Amino acid sequence: MKIAVCVKQVPDAAAPKRLDPATKRLDRSVEGAINPFDVHAVEEALRIKEGGGGGEVVLVSMGPAKAGESLRKALAMGADRVVLVTDDAAEGSDLLGTAKALAAALAREEADLVLFGQQSSDSDGAVLWAAVAEKLRRPVISQVAELTLADGKVRGKRQTEFGYDVIEAPLPAVVAVSDAINDPRYPSLKGIMGAKSKPQETVTASDLGVAADEIGESGKRTEVYAVGDPPPRGDSVKIEDDGGAAEKIVEYLVERKLI
Amino acid sequence: MASLVFLEHHEGELQKGSLGALAKAAELEGGDVAAVVLGSGVEELAGRAGRYGAGAVFVADDPAFEKPLPQPRVDALAQLVGEHGFDTILFAASVLSADVAAGLAARLDAGLNWDLVDLVREDGRLVGKRPALGDTVVADVGWTSEPRIALFRSGTFEPKETGGEADVRTFDADLEDFSSAAVMVEQAHEESTGPSIEDADVIVAGGRGLGGPEKFSLVEELAQALGGAVAATRAVVDSGWYPYSAQVGQTGRTVSPKLYVACGISGAIQHKVGMQTSSTIVAINKDPNAPIFDFADLGVVGDLNEIVPKLTELVRARRAG
Repeated sequence: MKIAVCVKQVPDAAAPKRLDPATKRLDRSVEGAINPFDVHAVEEALRIKEGGGGGEVVLVSMGPAKAGESLRKALAMGADRVVLVTDDAAEGSDLLGTAKALAAALAREEADLVLFGQQSSDSDGAVLWAAVAEKLRRPVISQVAELTLADGKVRGKRQTEFGYDVIEAPLPAVVAVSDAINDPRYPSLKGIMGAKSKPQETVTASDLGVAADEIGESGKRTEVYAVGDPPPRGDSVKIEDDGGAAEKIVEYLVERKLI
Repeated sequence: MASLVFLEHHEGELQKGSLGALAKAAELEGGDVAAVVLGSGVEELAGRAGRYGAGAVFVADDPAFEKPLPQPRVDALAQLVGEHGFDTILFAASVLSADVAAGLAARLDAGLNWDLVDLVREDGRLVGKRPALGDTVVADVGWTSEPRIALFRSGTFEPKETGGEADVRTFDADLEDFSSAAVMVEQAHEESTGPSIEDADVIVAGGRGLGGPEKFSLVEELAQALGGAVAATRAVVDSGWYPYSAQVGQTGRTVSPKLYVACGISGAIQHKVGMQTSSTIVAINKDPNAPIFDFADLGVVGDLNEIVPKLTELVRARRAG
């Protein structure tokens, strides 16, 4: 069983997030980290492999060359290797460009199962898997909170607005997992040491046969015109607990006649 | 502008979010718009969309659409857009609609803007309003080509009754092989819910930050002291810590109490859209970078195991005194 996991580098949660006023894109010069939602997909892939599925877990990503550093955490967890699509022409890609480039990298891998996390923590995007599945012409199951494999099929339990559905699809298939599916492991020291020597392949979009005008700025079908302030919300207060937080909450609620 | 609105339905009802998107499209068009209903035995249901601003409703009534699976719907929508030249396709966010919208964007090589909270005409072009970075900024977004695909944040628009009548036009959809590969073996039904959290004035909610299902007792005790109801996030419901009927968020209930106390909740968009209109939001979380602090009225960075029991005690004492 070969499993490809799509992972993204995002700005570290502790880094201040800002949009570059010139490009109106997220400033990605800050410290990067692997998208926390993707770690659940990596964990699920490792469990399938360790649970008798065997085979290989390949991380597939698109981003700047330095994204490789963030992906090392997933290698340290136990993934086998990385394929990073990195290309100056891909900078500024929207959903379509990203889907085309990732689908091309995934097609080359011919994985039995492609896993995604449930959303990206930076753009709140939760749509990429469906676009990639369409490009690959493969069945897709999203928001999967429980995943099982048997007889060449994948079965996923997904939560919708109405409760739980169970969906089954033949492999090869694309599945997006929810963050409730597992508790990801922490990399062991041995894993961290071993990660450094695992293969990290870098490919360009053209290596994958994706034309330059399909990705990046020239492949975009959407754009950002302007960025402004949201409608104001009332004053907000943030405090750190110094042992007296409970008293301060009560005070706050009493002032507002909520108790 | 020639809009097409994707109408979602469940157990014989057109969904409120979709009808809200229909009202928005009708407002932008200044008149009737086209809508599409895909399902099995849904012709009568489709006709009802006329009351909410649909001039024409395209219906593919086919067992292939009986289950709410996205890929066959992409085939049908792509066909409609090809045959009728719609330039704008609108969706209200849901688990199903998001997958349909993204699949359709990839199929038609069209731009998709998601999580929109408004769509307006400015300087002769369509502009979507999209909150970003934990809703700390709002981006004006647009499309560079047609068709344009827009996915609205759930609960964004209210349906408007126009009392009109729709011209129901049936069509046969041709399906791709891979679109029918996934099958639904069990379908969700509305679960019977206990006392509804939608009517509560005070809600105390628990998330993954609680650390385990047994910690929900902290939340329950605080809720009891405040005379409120208990809610939960999707992550803990998916993990089996608390029942689905208590879930607040995009997939779950939308609540608007006077006071919402969030314990160990990070504040992911999925949860936020279900509770952001609460009058006062108090958040307790040990992670100072949790997005919930961007929209809480009172944010407390600290250990909920210490703070919540103490808070419960203080509230009880105050009420008793």
